[in-house]
Amino acid sequence: MTAIIERGAATAPVAQSEPPRRRPGFFGSSNGQKAVMAVTGAVLVLFLAGHMVGNLKTFAGAEAFNGYAAWLREVGYPLLPKRGLLTLVEVVLLAAIVLHIWSAVALARRARAARPVKYAARRKSQAGGYVVHVMRWGGLTVALFVAYHLLDLTFGVANPAGGAASPYQRMVEGFAPGRWYVTVFYAVAVVMVGLHLRHGLWSAFQTLGLARGRRGLQGAAGLLSAVLVLGFLSVPFAIMIGAVK
Amino acid sequence: MNLTLKIWRQPSPDDPGKMVKYHVKDVSPDMSFLEMLDVLNEGLILAGDDPVAFDHDCREGICGMCGMVINGVPHGEQKATTTCQLHMRHFEDGAVVTIEPWRAAPFPVIKDLVVDRSSFDRIIQAGGFVSVPAGAAPDAHAVPVPKDDADDAFDAATCIGCGACVAACPNGSASLFTAAKITHLGSLPQGQPERASRAKAMVERMDLEGFGGCTNTGECTAVCPKGISLDAIARMNADFLRASR
Repeated sequence: MTAIIERGAATAPVAQSEPPRRRPGFFGSSNGQKAVMAVTGAVLVLFLAGHMVGNLKTFAGAEAFNGYAAWLREVGYPLLPKRGLLTLVEVVLLAAIVLHIWSAVALARRARAARPVKYAARRKSQAGGYVVHVMRWGGLTVALFVAYHLLDLTFGVANPAGGAASPYQRMVEGFAPGRWYVTVFYAVAVVMVGLHLRHGLWSAFQTLGLARGRRGLQGAAGLLSAVLVLGFLSVPFAIMIGAVK
Repeated sequence: MNLTLKIWRQPSPDDPGKMVKYHVKDVSPDMSFLEMLDVLNEGLILAGDDPVAFDHDCREGICGMCGMVINGVPHGEQKATTTCQLHMRHFEDGAVVTIEPWRAAPFPVIKDLVVDRSSFDRIIQAGGFVSVPAGAAPDAHAVPVPKDDADDAFDAATCIGCGACVAACPNGSASLFTAAKITHLGSLPQGQPERASRAKAMVERMDLEGFGGCTNTGECTAVCPKGISLDAIARMNADFLRASR
């Protein structure tokens, strides 16, 4: 004899939604976009590290700093054309920035669509809730800062010494004690970059699947960010207090 | 104890819901949060009102059915606790408690605090399984499993699929849930043949359901009643990237 037990379904019926007409592919997937963000972010961090170390040449005097700036334009010459490597670096950086922003916008739009109805209660962060704001709005702040920074010290348009002056001249006049507000603005922006990196550095390892079981990684990311911030800020502050003229 | 509750009431999926205020008297501190809602509902039924609908089943913290956002935190502020295991002694007499459903586009509200989580079922259907020849159960020692792998798999397998990770995530991402399943199966020898295709298929399904992308904020793991670690997400990312090569 067979006993038949009448009972309802154990779970809610699982409706199969329509398969997508076109598979989203790597760059259309959230994980793919994250990987783009991680890799481009890593490129930008490597640039920042080089930039920071180069800046410290300021402490070696005008000749050393200007010599370093000139060297950047003739690395590899005559094998490479003048400014060859520098142009290559600029192109790679520009591509990295564009792709970094693209993936940020794509992920932010995805996130907005995923929560159409907001919570009524103010959501209390149970982790480091500040990172969300530091990454999205902080990233925007950093982008605006980079635009000003290029106009100031690269093109010299926003610099009192002007574009024709030597790099050292632009640096020293730009951060002159009388222009302390510029230094303060730079300090705020660079700290913003540091906070962005503190989450971003660890995040890149996590996204690329390299962070598993490495507990020290978050601390290391914080340490490297702090080193970068201090290195970057040492130069404008030294000029502002008159230690470097 | 006496409490003031602000609860999301929504009669059906298509109705616009609203927050409604209730007073509940004579709550014992030894009651669970769900028992407190039972008391409220008994009162509502006696008064001829519609009781507040909420999901629940085992009430011992292992089934994954219950869950609501309490004062802005999924399952409340008590760590590693499901709503059914949250006791009223953690609240102060006279407190105002806000209660909302999980908020995410792929979790549409069915009624009041009950959401449809079948999007999770479809993520599982996409790859959350191992294909093994059916028949007699193999001997337990037929496939040796290293202890560390067994531990990883077991830790991930404790995920009860409640959805708190999605509710807590500022991006509405289901990464912790999906990653827990990928880690659970992908850590074991039986899960190896489908390891890459599983990660790819499940991530694609997660995106298709309309969940957001992970930005490594860590909000999910902080509210997870089972304490699933972000390491699971790192593993999902690694498996996904390997599958995309």
